[in-house]
Amino acid sequence: MTDTTLEKKTAPAEPSDPFDRDDLPAAPGATGALLRSLLAPHRTRVVIAALILLGREAALQAGPLLVAYAIDRAVPAFRAGDHGPVIAVALGYLLCAALSGVLQYAFVRGAARINQDALLDLRGRIFRHAQVLSVDFHERYTSGRLISRSTTDVESLRELLQEGLQELIGVVLSFVSISLVLLYLDWGVGAVAVVSFVPLYGLIRLYRRRAGEVYAERSTAIAGVIVKFAETMNGIRPVRAFRRERANDTEFAALNHRHERSNGDALLEMARYVVGSRLVANTAVAGMCLWGAYRVAAGTLELGVLAAAVLYMRRLYDPIDRLGMFLNSYESAAASLAKIAGLLAQEPGVPETRTPEELPTRTGGPGREITFEGVGFAYRTGGEVLPRFDLRIPAGQTVAVVGATGAGKSTLAKLLARFYDPTDGRVLLDGVDLRDLTTPDLRRGVVMVTQEAFLFSGTVAENISIGRPDATRAEIEQAAKAIGAHEFITGLPDGYDTDVRKRGGRISAGQRQLVAFARALLADPAVLILDEATSSLDVPGERAVQRAMDTVLAGRTAVIIAHRLSTVEVADRVLVMEQGRIVEDGHPSTLIEGEGRYASLHQAWRDSLVG
Amino acid sequence: MPRYDPAGKPDETCQWRTVWSDLMPENPDTPPSDRSTVRVLLRLWPYVRPVRARLFTAAVIAIVASCLSLVIPLVLKWLVDGPVANGDPGGVWLGALYLLLLGITEAVLFGFRRWLVARPLAAVEARMRADLYGRLQRLPIAFHDRWPSGQLLSRGTTDLMLVRMFLAFPLTFLLVNGVTILAGYVLLLAQDWSLGLVLLTPVIPLVIVSNLFERRYGVVARTSQDQVGDLTTLVEESVLGIRIVKGFGRHRSQAKAFHALAGHLRGTELAKARLLAAIWAVITAVPELAIGTALVLGTVQVADGNLSAGTLVAFLSTALALRWPVESIGFMLAMSKDAATATERYFEAMDAEEEPDTATGTTAHDTSEGVRFEGVTFRYPDAPEEAPPVLDGVDLHIRPGETLALVGGTGSGKTTLTALVPRLHEATTGRILLDGEDIALMEREKLRSLVSMAFEEPTLFSASVGENVLMGAERAGDPELRRALGVAQADGFVDRLPEGTATQVGEQGLSLSGGQRQRLALARAVVGRPRFLVLDDPLSALDVHTEARVEAALREVLRETTALVVAHRPSTVMLADRVALLSQGRIAAVGTHQELLRSSAEYAWLMTGEGKNR
Repeated sequence: MTDTTLEKKTAPAEPSDPFDRDDLPAAPGATGALLRSLLAPHRTRVVIAALILLGREAALQAGPLLVAYAIDRAVPAFRAGDHGPVIAVALGYLLCAALSGVLQYAFVRGAARINQDALLDLRGRIFRHAQVLSVDFHERYTSGRLISRSTTDVESLRELLQEGLQELIGVVLSFVSISLVLLYLDWGVGAVAVVSFVPLYGLIRLYRRRAGEVYAERSTAIAGVIVKFAETMNGIRPVRAFRRERANDTEFAALNHRHERSNGDALLEMARYVVGSRLVANTAVAGMCLWGAYRVAAGTLELGVLAAAVLYMRRLYDPIDRLGMFLNSYESAAASLAKIAGLLAQEPGVPETRTPEELPTRTGGPGREITFEGVGFAYRTGGEVLPRFDLRIPAGQTVAVVGATGAGKSTLAKLLARFYDPTDGRVLLDGVDLRDLTTPDLRRGVVMVTQEAFLFSGTVAENISIGRPDATRAEIEQAAKAIGAHEFITGLPDGYDTDVRKRGGRISAGQRQLVAFARALLADPAVLILDEATSSLDVPGERAVQRAMDTVLAGRTAVIIAHRLSTVEVADRVLVMEQGRIVEDGHPSTLIEGEGRYASLHQAWRDSLVG
Repeated sequence: MPRYDPAGKPDETCQWRTVWSDLMPENPDTPPSDRSTVRVLLRLWPYVRPVRARLFTAAVIAIVASCLSLVIPLVLKWLVDGPVANGDPGGVWLGALYLLLLGITEAVLFGFRRWLVARPLAAVEARMRADLYGRLQRLPIAFHDRWPSGQLLSRGTTDLMLVRMFLAFPLTFLLVNGVTILAGYVLLLAQDWSLGLVLLTPVIPLVIVSNLFERRYGVVARTSQDQVGDLTTLVEESVLGIRIVKGFGRHRSQAKAFHALAGHLRGTELAKARLLAAIWAVITAVPELAIGTALVLGTVQVADGNLSAGTLVAFLSTALALRWPVESIGFMLAMSKDAATATERYFEAMDAEEEPDTATGTTAHDTSEGVRFEGVTFRYPDAPEEAPPVLDGVDLHIRPGETLALVGGTGSGKTTLTALVPRLHEATTGRILLDGEDIALMEREKLRSLVSMAFEEPTLFSASVGENVLMGAERAGDPELRRALGVAQADGFVDRLPEGTATQVGEQGLSLSGGQRQRLALARAVVGRPRFLVLDDPLSALDVHTEARVEAALREVLRETTALVVAHRPSTVMLADRVALLSQGRIAAVGTHQELLRSSAEYAWLMTGEGKNR
């Protein structure tokens, strides 16, 4: 047998960032704890399944005993004219066959239930946890890896639970029961069987260690493949337009090859284990036969007992291959579970409060007051930074935030929407720290519309009603009308019921922004944040939105980030940001009259309108 | 004929609906398997072909190894009836030695078989995946509009794993076990034909049951795999739309939608388990019954002296050795069926029509005629019959070296029109000529090297800033990169990135703001100094100052090239020499900005928001 794993693995240089290595740390023992916690709720059912399997095993293993009985007792009895023992053998076998069938059926179904419930639980945990983790996390973790965690990694646990559980219980049971039967039939034969377990145990340990490494590598490799695959399919237009196909083929081939190698390595480890364990098993069988035959020849053992012992010996090592399969799926699942445990160990950057506070009920308008109190912010990854600042936005005020790209406007908005928590200080809504609000309260309070208007699979109406799931069709249409989206929606093949996936690529960026706007309107929040929410609209579209905002924003608190100052004209107050600082603050008309940055910005914008 | 058509079954991928309209159990009405498992699996042949020698050798070895295990009982029989009965210790030693030799040979053969196929099987899986990836990259954009990437991804991962597992086990072992069972029966019949016949009786019911099972299992297996694909799509969307999910505090309803889908998958899997349990029960119990019958009859025969005890031991030992091959047929059939549906799903994507190549290989005209649209109409291939075409007879001429702005209302088809130039979509009728040459007759490769694009949505790939920009040029180095970054006014922020142009961006790198990405996408479009440039609203995310600077630099670039620029606002229009107004699928007017402001009410309305009322 050649040893191919001695060849150098052509893994790319390992980056130091756990995100890049796709190797998020988890507490030691977290993998095992995760598996236990998945199975713990089904403890009773696992025990029942094991008992059923025990029964099935007993029914199956009774066969050779009946053979021994038939040869040693029934044959002489029959010769003596006593048909009882033969009938007993017949009935016994009938019973065993029926029992093994019924128990087999019960076990497969019972095991599938445990298995599927555990998987459902695990899938749900991954998904819910991922949803709780911050935007920041997802930007680094990527959708491809998350897909890999919740598909291929869960799949390897499925294999373990579906086949593995049965294999393991079956293997242990038959090892124990057959060894006992052998010891009972003849201690010498039994002793050989027990001794053979020592080298087998060594083999298993060796295999586990080596396969563990291979599977961890394989799981990382397939995640790399998935990330590349997903990225290409999601960016198919630029891929085509810039003729990236061949370059992509090459890059993909490298990732695919890495997976292929580790895949092959895993199969080879298995081959090695099979040879080793078979050698031990077959040597032991020969040894047992030698011992047994010798004893019969010497007249100290009955022939029927030897026959039974030989039949059992063959069976004793039958499960070895299946044990290999189990170890195989166990290692593969362990590698996957480790990755899942690493994901689940990630603390949400924006944790849900444990001591929720209520927002005070407001009289008057729907708006609420916003206060930034000594707020400072730095991204974990470096990049844009907000130095400490204070800001108060009274209820009902419409504030425009302007400034160059990268001035910190979006960060300000994300702090207010609690996509991030500030590094220092607090953000308060009507005097309540955002961190003390429950998610439903927070989202009734603050809603943000961003420039990237993503549409989910589903109909247009469903996409709008994300803002308020219980909204009626009339309310949805009303929101769409208010923002000027009704016209284009009714022009779609199925109106509001048009599936966006069917025409997903064909709802233009501007139209998507209108849908996103309608979604926000429907949510009816106290504070509305618009982050470049109209950038892809044409002038009439923007005007329509502005007209709508006059009514929509009435009484509401609003923070508008916009490059296009036309959107800013509705504002009561303008903040000019530069390198993370608020450098100008005032009413638009006052600022325009001055000589500051806003005045020059405004002039530049007026110039851009000249036609 | 692809069977899974996401466009035809909107219910399938729609998780919002599953939550918000009464959690109806999904019923992806998968048609019953109309093709036999074997025929579907035969499609794998081209991939298996290169490794056929190894696979075949492995199968032969497996058969030999299995036959060896059938020989072992014969040695036992010889041992029992010969040396043991005669009390010959030397014969006992010899028998044990034979057993040991047979055992060692068997072990080595087992390992050798696995070693033979390990690398080739991994290679088959990898090759199929690479082919799928390569193919999907080249399928029409319309295909990608219809297929959620999660469905494609699940075909490229979980489905291919099922195929590999099929090649590793059922393919070999259905054959091996078949041969083993056959050889075993020959041995059994040779030892005692009447007892052998008793053991043959269960074959008929087993075949019937397996057949029944296979058909029903196939349907459920297919449903399950499609549901995995939907789940993948949902996970992917939940990340891509994470800002919306968070922004509206919808992670609970997302989780609910996920739970509903995962619950359906659980239901399907349980249905699968029910079928499996039934077949396993039958396959376990029926042979056992036959063995029991043989035992009773054999005992009677031994008692009557018609049969030697050694023969009965060997006979039963052989019969029991056959139990595993028989039992295994159940799950091997299941694995084969899983693999068959996986194969079917794989080829659904692979069978999609690639864009037909209509290139005639005519030599390029040297004339410089710019871009000409002649009676171009376009409707999406999957659009309903009664829907009006998106573009309905577009005639337009962009003179060489000219920059033409394309203006039109939201959803008027501007983006669609730009996509026709590099043939991301094909014009339904009419022609588009680049310098007098019909693009439909050009090789796409060549066409796309002539035309460079900046999309409305700037997509960056997981690569460095430099690599992302240089994607736009065949052979370009640092000077071109700097120039392009300069044009897009991106050099400033790029130099402030941690590693400058070597900084990793895209899904796996630093996330940049919309404006920054847009500028990099613009740099990518201009880096190769393309002959034709198509820009789709390239400055929408820029602030006024940056926009002004980009425009100034862009003017230099536009001077050297023929360009079509989709514009939403006057500032972008100012880049252009002339403006075309797209309205109701046609070019309604062409002229300078000033001319159109005066002559076209619609244009004036689009540019100023005043005048024409809706």
